[in-house]
Amino acid sequence: MRRVDLTIGIGGAAGQGIATPGDILARIFVRRGLHVNAYNAYQSIIRGGHIFLTLRTSDQPVLSQGDKIDVLVPLNQDTMDRHLRLMRPGSAVLFNSDTIKPGVVADGVQLCPFSVKALAPAIRGDLVQNTIALAAILRMIKVEFKILEEILAIQFRRRGAAAVAENTGVARAGYDCAATHFTEFSFSLPDMGKRLAFFEGNQALAMGGAAAGVRFYCAYPMSPASGVLHWMSRHARQLGIMVRQVEDEIGVINMAIGAAHTGCRAMCATSGGGFALMTEALGAAAMMEIPVVCINVQRAGPATGVPTKTEQGDLWQVLGAGQGDYPRIIVAPTNIVDCFKLVPTLFNLVDKFQCPGIILSDLLLSEGRSSIDPAELDFKVPIDRGDVIGLNGDGPPVNGHFKRYLVTESGISPRALPGTPGFSHVVATDEHDEDGVLISDEFTDPHKRQAIHEKRMRKMDGVLPLLPSPELHGAAGAQVTLLGWGSTEGVIREAIQQLAEANVAANNLQIRWLVPLHAEAILSILSKCRKVIVVENNYSGQFARYLRSETGFAADGHIRKYDGEPFMPHHLVDGVNAILAGSTKLYVPVHEIQV
Amino acid sequence: MATMVQTERVKVTVKDLKGKVDPDWCPGCGDFGVLAALKQAIVEAGLEPHKVLTISGIGCSSNLPGYLNTYGMHTLHGRALAVATGAQLANHDLKIVVTGGDGDGYGIGGNHFVHAMRRNVDLTYIVMNNQIYGLTTGQLSPTSIKGMNTKSTPFGSVENPINPIPLAIAAGASYVARGFTGQQRQLVELIKGGLQHRGFALIDTFSPCVTYNHDNTHEFFKQRTRKLEEMGHDPTDLHGALEKGWLWGEVIPIGLFWRRQDLPALDQLEPVLGEGGPLAHRPLGVASDIAQALIKELM
Ligand SMILES: Cc1ncc(C[n+]2csc(CCOP(=O)(O)OP(=O)(O)O)c2C)c(N)n1
Ligand code: SF4
Ligand SMILES: [Mg+2]
Repeated sequence: MRRVDLTIGIGGAAGQGIATPGDILARIFVRRGLHVNAYNAYQSIIRGGHIFLTLRTSDQPVLSQGDKIDVLVPLNQDTMDRHLRLMRPGSAVLFNSDTIKPGVVADGVQLCPFSVKALAPAIRGDLVQNTIALAAILRMIKVEFKILEEILAIQFRRRGAAAVAENTGVARAGYDCAATHFTEFSFSLPDMGKRLAFFEGNQALAMGGAAAGVRFYCAYPMSPASGVLHWMSRHARQLGIMVRQVEDEIGVINMAIGAAHTGCRAMCATSGGGFALMTEALGAAAMMEIPVVCINVQRAGPATGVPTKTEQGDLWQVLGAGQGDYPRIIVAPTNIVDCFKLVPTLFNLVDKFQCPGIILSDLLLSEGRSSIDPAELDFKVPIDRGDVIGLNGDGPPVNGHFKRYLVTESGISPRALPGTPGFSHVVATDEHDEDGVLISDEFTDPHKRQAIHEKRMRKMDGVLPLLPSPELHGAAGAQVTLLGWGSTEGVIREAIQQLAEANVAANNLQIRWLVPLHAEAILSILSKCRKVIVVENNYSGQFARYLRSETGFAADGHIRKYDGEPFMPHHLVDGVNAILAGSTKLYVPVHEIQV
Repeated sequence: MATMVQTERVKVTVKDLKGKVDPDWCPGCGDFGVLAALKQAIVEAGLEPHKVLTISGIGCSSNLPGYLNTYGMHTLHGRALAVATGAQLANHDLKIVVTGGDGDGYGIGGNHFVHAMRRNVDLTYIVMNNQIYGLTTGQLSPTSIKGMNTKSTPFGSVENPINPIPLAIAAGASYVARGFTGQQRQLVELIKGGLQHRGFALIDTFSPCVTYNHDNTHEFFKQRTRKLEEMGHDPTDLHGALEKGWLWGEVIPIGLFWRRQDLPALDQLEPVLGEGGPLAHRPLGVASDIAQALIKELM
């Protein structure tokens, strides 16, 4: 049983300073060892629009943003109007009554108006209401004032003692106002005795890159992938990573390939639009047999699409990225720890198999923030550079007859780094023979082409046995199996808990490694399942179609969402119920909140 | 007791630079002249072939790395400079030479061209400018002259060509030259100067296509080209360089237009490269105190 399950929603326009109270609350929670999940719904706008931060905390792991808001802080009238009608009995709404009017409210919802003018008459600025609301919330969940005081002292340190004193004064007024006028919540926040780390998926991906030994990172800014660039840039000097902002994504991937060819581990990240520009070069990396890792953080497409909204709409894009057949490894992390851990794993694989690797994340995972046990962030990871000659400036015996693309049983040929005496060769994006000599223009030789193409493609046979097979989560023989891939793991597992409470037994098969796919293992699991429903954040059921193409397996039902917002647990519960009742095979939930 | 003997470095000759196969260019193609001049320049500059990485895109001219016994990368059409930038930054001990055509560099690769110059990446870029798309059998190129009949402009091109010399100067290249395969000695000197220059060196080279360009032939350039050194040009004179760079007609200057040596190359400006040698050869892994600091940021 959860002792605490509290969700705070803070909404307003861009520029109203929603992030700061959110960060402070999250920090207070994780320092007590409480789990936190934060999802920020926003738009591509610097001022205005509607931003809504959902911050959920519990003593148990928090798998998704959940279904309900317990404390609403509307920073403007618009947020009040959008969200008030969804507030349920037992919840509270804190707002500045000088500027914001509540509407009709359900029974049992506590309205908590405060007057900024009355509480902080001498202080100007829009941000005062945030501090008051923050302090009032903390009072209502019985957090001692001194904890907030400490955090404000750090927060405003750089602006001087006067600013610290002023903000502490405002906070005190808010805190006291809540003590006298608002009803506190029945629970108090436990202290679990162990601090947790709190961060976003993009940071996890960047840190995973650092752990993997990435020495070259380049990118062109694009939401929602820019967080990786920002982390890398901030830590470049500390970690000895070359970080470059390039003129476009074509330049990005080609630059990474150039760096990788000399022996660096090189990585880049983008979203679907940038990824589209990279596709030719990903094929080039495969053709020249240069290991490189590219992250695609999906956003709602097509084209410019919805830059700040999530989707799992790029699966077929990455499956088919570029002309021709070529070996590639594709993985979709299923949670934030995965984001960190999969990067070194993927680098070891692409180094070994000398091919491009693609990480398919999405906005929900990359910009969503979660608490994790810091022990999970182990930077001491195994590093395997594969069959490479001349690394670390080693002087191998001079060879002189080096065949870069030697045809071998595994398909893997030894790779020599430029600068190594005696191993000169040319790598080529044109088809070539074992020596790297072109066979594409005048001397095309069908037998040579076949042999070298098979050598390259054969490498994939070696990858699959190194990947863990997916495993069923939850009891076998359940009434229904929810099949998902990538970022939907958390919400699916939470929906399963809710279904269990309603006596519907469900389990989950979550797919992480997409290419190569453990088709046989998946088929053998699914063939024993009673009813399989595929859950994915796209219109056309991209994974369902992929699964069918690889295994012949056709699912019994589908739950899909493509409005830009992530699934909430009850969307899946409703979908499962509808499909089990036989009323539909395809359930598309309607997102209740207009964000 | 065995001691390491510092062996005398064997002197590299042009012969040593011969690649695995002979060029398959049309007999008489200007690109033969560029290949010969590049080999000679590498020898004269005293470079060790295994420390040279020659990178090209796609086109007749871009086949050059296959004919040269250095490390080579035959990358995608238009992408050589981007790949080269990554390679240079990742291992600044390598000497990076980029070779390609006018379509490759000034057309499809135009964006990388401008930005590699702006960044003053330390590399030598030789463009075999034949003012035509050779490999794709004779279509208009960004340097094809106005009015030119090509397969894609059978009634004459109405577009103005690009002039790479002033463009390069304006974009920030720190060594800007033009050569002609009909002037081998000068071409060797220009390429050698580029190899010895610390920063972005462009050597735009008239390298006539005997098969698809019947306007800008060897003879055409022989009659019109004049050496800048004979015109009394000073390569540190910016205005003179731009002015001479604009000339196109009865007199077409060749030689070194512009050079500045006060501009650091990109790798020299990167603090990450300050110490520790080339990135490519640094050990991987994050020190545990740094790892602890990274985690602490999240708590
Ligand atoms: C993305 C892409 N577009 C088009 C081509 C076809 N293509 C190959 S070479 C070339 C033009 C070559 O012209 P240039 O760079 O001037 O080289 P040249 O053959 O004249 O030496 C083109 C258009 C290609 N290989 N890749
Ligand atoms: S087509 Fe023109 S550029 Fe190509 S090899 Fe022949 S002469 Fe040279
Ligand atoms: Mg050309």
